[in-house]
Amino acid sequence: MAGALPPRLNAIVEEFADVDRTERLDLLLEYANGLPDLPERMQGQELERVHECQTPLFVQAEVEDGDVVRLYFQAPDEAPTSKGFAGILHAGLDGATVDEVLGTPSEFASGMGLADVVSPLRMRSVGAILARIKRQLVDRAA
Amino acid sequence: MPLPADTDPKLQEYAHPERLVTTDWLAEHLGDPDLVVVESNEDVLLYRTGHIPGAHHVDWHLDLNDTVMRDYVSPEGFAALCSARGIRRDSTVVVYGDNFNWWAAYALWVFSLFGHPDVRLLDGGRAKWIAEGREMTTDAVTAAPSDYPVVERDDETIRAFKEDVLAHIGNGPLVDVRSPQEFSGELLHMPDYPQEGVQRGGHVPTARSVPWKRAANDDGSFKSADDLKAIYADEQGLREGDDVITYCRIGERSSHTWFVLTHLLGFDHVRNYDGSWVEWGNAVRVPIEKPETA
Repeated sequence: MAGALPPRLNAIVEEFADVDRTERLDLLLEYANGLPDLPERMQGQELERVHECQTPLFVQAEVEDGDVVRLYFQAPDEAPTSKGFAGILHAGLDGATVDEVLGTPSEFASGMGLADVVSPLRMRSVGAILARIKRQLVDRAA
Repeated sequence: MPLPADTDPKLQEYAHPERLVTTDWLAEHLGDPDLVVVESNEDVLLYRTGHIPGAHHVDWHLDLNDTVMRDYVSPEGFAALCSARGIRRDSTVVVYGDNFNWWAAYALWVFSLFGHPDVRLLDGGRAKWIAEGREMTTDAVTAAPSDYPVVERDDETIRAFKEDVLAHIGNGPLVDVRSPQEFSGELLHMPDYPQEGVQRGGHVPTARSVPWKRAANDDGSFKSADDLKAIYADEQGLREGDDVITYCRIGERSSHTWFVLTHLLGFDHVRNYDGSWVEWGNAVRVPIEKPETA
């Protein structure tokens, strides 16, 4: 599976897989804290809500220069897990090509060992966020 | 030795004032060796971003639920959970959490399944504590393991199963505490990857809709005893001796209402149906009511 992922996302998956359970949670929190704020031009704009996340999380995918994917997220500080998932997707996929993002398997996160520490049910929201991103990219191309 | 109850005047109006503590009381008793504070949230990472000094974390997914079968931890598992946090059978446990104490109430309810004698909620939960500018820390919390006994779980008195709910239709009050849209069955659309996906929308026939939020103030604390009586007794006609079953989607919001009915209003026979809509809305051949079919 590793070969199919864009390089930066692949590195993140390996980073998580290589550490123990406690460090995995710390790492997830780091990604939550590393998620950039929404740019000013998008403040107050209606973004798509990811309903599968228990807490409000919004995502917008845009395409720059014909092929470069830009990802924007809005997640409250009170929901660090969802924010961490968004942070991982941002760090791993922002700047990738449209084809790379569309080719990212929805279950990519299963290799991160996070299901043990946040529960499998919560992990589903990673796939849900990615599915929304892909659908937005497909809609944009249509 | 359990700690003395909070004597705050608001709490004395409730049926079991000893089940609730104010932020003032907690601040005053932090560090007492007979007290163990537990934080339980919807978000598993939130505790790590900061918690009340000395508070231990209990996660509903990973600590309270069996990780394989859909059920609660075993008696041995519960004893291990308590022991690791230094909780003795005679400790006073105060639980608080995010989101209007949903998961704190859920944790308190699970502690009650195991008959832990003294478990209380922090009125207003995490949000009120923070709003009052009280101390939070990210310091790691450790405890010397306690010798918590292995106690049988009582699944009869305060827990209801699908069969109990089925038998209850037409025979006793069912309280659906979800949002009005979930009650009507209008809200269920979950494209892509449904989380805790439910196949059918609607509610259990004869259930009344009393959203959990009606029992809470905006700061996360519970409404006054008089306000609660006006809702559940005067408006809904529920009586203390009634055999009531509460449910929501997965049993956390209904734990909140279970706490209100049991400890704030003093009802003796309230059970929480933790299978809730995720089980009912997927179960084969159980009756469902929707506005257009009603």
